Amino acid sequence: MSRHTLSVLVEDKPGVLARVSSLFSRRGFNIESLAVGPTEVPEVSRMTIVVNVTGLPLEQVTKQLNKLVNVLKIVELDEANSVQRAIALVKVKADAGQRSSILEVVQLFRAKVVDVALDAVTIEVTGNDDKIEALLKLLEPYGIKELVRSGVIATSRGGRSISDRNLRPADRTA
Amino acid sequence: MSTSAGQPSGERITGAQSLIRSMEYADVDVVFGIPGGAILPAYDPLMDSTKVRHILVRHEQAAGHAAEGYAAATGRVGVCMATSGPGATNLVTPIADAHMDSVPMVAITGQVPSSAIGTDAFQEADIRGITMPITKHNYLVTNPDEIPRAIAEAFYLASSGRPGPVLVDISKDALQAMTTFEWPTDISLPGYHPVTKPHSKQVREADRLILESKRPVLYVGGGVIRANASAQLRELAELTGLPVVTTLMARGAFPDSHPQHMGMPGMHGSVGAVGALQKSDLLVTLGARFDDRVTGKLSTFAPDATVIHADIDPAEIGKNRHADVPIVGDVGEVMTELIAALREEMAAGRQGDYEGWWVQLNRWRDTYPLGYDLPNDGSLSPQYVIERLGALSGPDAIMAAGVGQHQMWGAQFVKYEKPRTWLNSGGLGTMGYAVPAAMGAKVGMPGSVVWAIDGDGCFQMTNQELVTCAINDIPIKVALINNSSLGMVRQWQTLFYNERYSETDLHSHRLPDFVKLADAYGCHGLRCETPEEVDSVIEKALSINDAPVVIDFVVHRDAMVWPMVAAGTSNDDILVAREMAPSWDSEE
Repeated sequence: MSRHTLSVLVEDKPGVLARVSSLFSRRGFNIESLAVGPTEVPEVSRMTIVVNVTGLPLEQVTKQLNKLVNVLKIVELDEANSVQRAIALVKVKADAGQRSSILEVVQLFRAKVVDVALDAVTIEVTGNDDKIEALLKLLEPYGIKELVRSGVIATSRGGRSISDRNLRPADRTA
Repeated sequence: MSTSAGQPSGERITGAQSLIRSMEYADVDVVFGIPGGAILPAYDPLMDSTKVRHILVRHEQAAGHAAEGYAAATGRVGVCMATSGPGATNLVTPIADAHMDSVPMVAITGQVPSSAIGTDAFQEADIRGITMPITKHNYLVTNPDEIPRAIAEAFYLASSGRPGPVLVDISKDALQAMTTFEWPTDISLPGYHPVTKPHSKQVREADRLILESKRPVLYVGGGVIRANASAQLRELAELTGLPVVTTLMARGAFPDSHPQHMGMPGMHGSVGAVGALQKSDLLVTLGARFDDRVTGKLSTFAPDATVIHADIDPAEIGKNRHADVPIVGDVGEVMTELIAALREEMAAGRQGDYEGWWVQLNRWRDTYPLGYDLPNDGSLSPQYVIERLGALSGPDAIMAAGVGQHQMWGAQFVKYEKPRTWLNSGGLGTMGYAVPAAMGAKVGMPGSVVWAIDGDGCFQMTNQELVTCAINDIPIKVALINNSSLGMVRQWQTLFYNERYSETDLHSHRLPDFVKLADAYGCHGLRCETPEEVDSVIEKALSINDAPVVIDFVVHRDAMVWPMVAAGTSNDDILVAREMAPSWDSEE
């Protein structure tokens, strides 16, 4: 099984999210996370899709995605040459006795506490999936009451932009 | 796209008027449909249109298949129309069918008023959501100003690149509101750029392989017909001397009478055509998609073959079988360039040598011709009926088939000489396709003889359209191959389920009386029960042009479609008849 991060530029039209996500499930691909939002170009949205591929080639799904009329461009971002970030909000049980040791963990991860109650703290952490997983592992013993995670967003390293012509799209080679 | 005058006249018209005018600008000459609440505003100005003919069908599914038949026979975009909810959902089957077989089609549906969308209103169905996976693209229009652009884009998308169905859903309030009409002079779809011109490097590589290979074959699919590329195919075939196989969707793309034609490959293909693919060292794949009905068990398909794959849809290339030389482009342009580059190679003295291959091919073709056994009891053989139907109707007749045994015999025993004379539901396998598709074909090609070759199972799914044909002067002819069974299913029960015929007996030798049924629908009903009557009854049907004709051919039910590659098995295991495998090797 391999994990791929796709950046997909789409026209900001009604139904485009449904078109993209249903295509993945119809073609037998499992989406691990999906994040979507506006870009520097008006009326163009960007989806970051993390997909797990077992057996079937990723090429087939990018080709099918490219057939969607509202899809403008697809670029695969490999982990080494891109910055990938997700955010998590974690509500952890914390009475007065545990609070300081939790804060120590928070500091080590350069996370921050965004809400404090008598019996709990809510922690915000930003990073790649590995970092978030590592933090969660350390918070687990205190008791995680609630966990919310965003999808990964990602951009390539260096000065080039996804809308640059010279950036090779993920298929179109055939 | 046509760049006819934009006409921003400023004249205030309704969205419905704008829709009809848009259809006129898109050169629509016929629409198949049924009105209903949500689409009703559009039917009022439609009544006044002198350009757009509307044919009122009896079931929306038939409107869709008629649009498909019209498109497949003429090459133009077929158009169907329905109201919201059940009207729209009845179009789902033909839309899916058109999607599988790359048929250019535009479906226009009414939708409940935009204020009611999402409230589970009367006759509300999310047809845009429902048809997302089975359309090339679709629209929900709630602003009347957007109607012309949506229609223009829909026709452009349906007919360009890999053709397919596009649905435009328009809310009732958008049809009723006032707007101004402006036909877009340019189509701007930033995410849609079909590549039509092939890469020259790939073309040269393909030509090199063609000349170097020893056992090449032109594996021709329906894309050649959709691309109107039969002339280029013939030129390429004759220039190279390569054998040609035409898939179920490509019957007619290359003349059956041509000596290089090896016939149809696949589950019920000829031994020669299956062998040509299976033993090939080079598949020159033109507008075909390695469907499971052609390849059999994929991992054992044409194991020694290098693959050249030309298709307008990049997603087809490498989907089922790895392509060594992928060529994205319009298959007609691809062949034109292949031919040009080959001529240069040949001028430089390079020639292919396929003599040994042709010895092998000819042996298979001569040893295992398509054939059938006549029943011993003197009853009617379905294959004989279909063979005579083709012979007596001539090469210009259009044949639309249903799905099942009669479809396979229609593909095997009618000799096709021209493209767009064989229409069928290949990908989706939709029973009930024949009668409405024949109706659409006859509307598009009124001068041609159009037959529906139908089974008694299929016929009972859509025969209500006989009345549409009778009332609207669409004199199609129906050859009903009545074996009183769901014949293909019964054949599988014979072969794979110990002759346990669970729910495949339709009793249609007894009920209904198809001659009376034809009569009730205003058609001529004829019956044929013996081989001696076959020619005269077909000739009689051919002589009738004032109304549709239905011939009830009462055939024996144990006929089977041979050869056969059982589902999921290898093409190597093709059987020419029950428990009879061909011998591939020549030493005997």
